[in-house]
Amino acid sequence: MEKAFWLFKKDIASELRTRYAINAQVMFIVVTISVILFSIGNEKITNYLAGGLFWVVVFFTAMSGLSRAFVSEEERGTSFTLQLIASPSTVLGGKLLFNLILVFSMNLIIAFLYSALFETFVIKNLPLFITAFILGNTGTGIAATLIAAIIAKANTKGTLYPVLSFPILLPLFLTLVEVTKQSMDGSTFSDVSPELAVLVCYIGIMSVAGFMLFDFIWKD
Amino acid sequence: MINYTLKIENLSKWFGNKIIFYKVSGEWNKPGIYGVAGPNGSGKSTLVKIVAGLNSQSAGKLEHIVDNSPVEPELWHNLTGFASPYIVLYDEFSALENIEFIFKIRGVKANYELANELLSHFSLYHRRKDPVKAYSSGMKQRLKIIAAVMHSPPLIILDEPTANLDNEGKDRVYEVVEKLSNDTIIFLATNEKHEIQMCEKTINILEHKRD
Ligand SMILES: Nc1ncnc2c1ncn2[C@@H]1O[C@H](COP(=O)(O)OP(=O)(O)OP(=O)(O)O)[C@@H](O)[C@H]1O
Ligand SMILES: [Mg+2]
Repeated sequence: MEKAFWLFKKDIASELRTRYAINAQVMFIVVTISVILFSIGNEKITNYLAGGLFWVVVFFTAMSGLSRAFVSEEERGTSFTLQLIASPSTVLGGKLLFNLILVFSMNLIIAFLYSALFETFVIKNLPLFITAFILGNTGTGIAATLIAAIIAKANTKGTLYPVLSFPILLPLFLTLVEVTKQSMDGSTFSDVSPELAVLVCYIGIMSVAGFMLFDFIWKD
Repeated sequence: MINYTLKIENLSKWFGNKIIFYKVSGEWNKPGIYGVAGPNGSGKSTLVKIVAGLNSQSAGKLEHIVDNSPVEPELWHNLTGFASPYIVLYDEFSALENIEFIFKIRGVKANYELANELLSHFSLYHRRKDPVKAYSSGMKQRLKIIAAVMHSPPLIILDEPTANLDNEGKDRVYEVVEKLSNDTIIFLATNEKHEIQMCEKTINILEHKRD
């Protein structure tokens, strides 16, 4: 576990020097939120729409940066080095940690901007939304890490990532949009327990699949 | 010293229907320098990559054995050191940072004394804090050799270890190889005749071809 943590530290140090993922993601957040703001102008959008758009921004922000963890190693040719110094589980652990931190920080920025800029982004049951937010970020981080590991080996990296991610992340995001609506209506935890169960299962399945598949994905 | 043995049995590799090598076997548990020879494109790199676990074989058995029991493939990486021109280190970091991260990610006891000694030996000590992207290709090759041996693994694989090196650099590599060969199994995959002459036993890939 400590080894994975050091791999994570290596990636953070590298990220702070190259700003490869952070720059792309922050730019993406600024651009999409501005475009949304310009296009709605003075009109009031419904709170459901604001909630849906929130997850749209989250999805594409994730797509613009989370593949970095593996693609950058593959592109620079350092993945052999990584295979020579770490076991597959260390690699998966370190990259997952890096992506989770990235997802949480970017999505906090998005949430902050949203609540500041969109009047109709009002959540009645805040603890419920926060729960969905945390589960959603975790699910996105795990799924995106796995997909990144798969596409890093393909040679059409750029376009393949969103294409492959969409079907895999769709059940997650549909559920998140639903829970967000409910939290705007002030529903209680027990009202949305099926949806929350879906989110938890999603995370469970992705984690198990990840640790089972990763050995095969990682080695040629 | 750990009791280490490398054992391969009928190891074969093909890409599609092209056989690269066929039924290579052998067992190594005595320290020394062992060669892998063959012309360009014959499969030297392919063979040593498989031994290091970077690639998988098409058929045959490969075991890294410690104290008479085979080690799980997930743990092979700390039993081996591997250097070659196609390995790339993290060039946004300095030599020292690369060395530290490699020790820590391996999770082995960090032997900075040995690392510093090797940096001096390869005339990189005064450049140890410079980012690797500012290194020449020969300097990078020197650092890769350091990174491959500094955790003192029982098996060290050097694929064209003297590529890009000047005469002084080559001599430095031979010195390290000679010294380590007292307690380490060293594989040398190379095209250089005199490097093959340093080896006590050599696998010639051409003897393992089949149509
Ligand atoms: N991924 C691959 N797919 C198909 N063929 C491959 C692949 N990798 C290597 N080969 C083929 O395997 C053969 C052996 O390659 P290898 O790199 O092992 O040769 P080598 O003996 O190390 O040569 P050199 O002396 O030039 O380093 C070559 O013919 C090469 O074209
Ligand atoms: Mg080669």
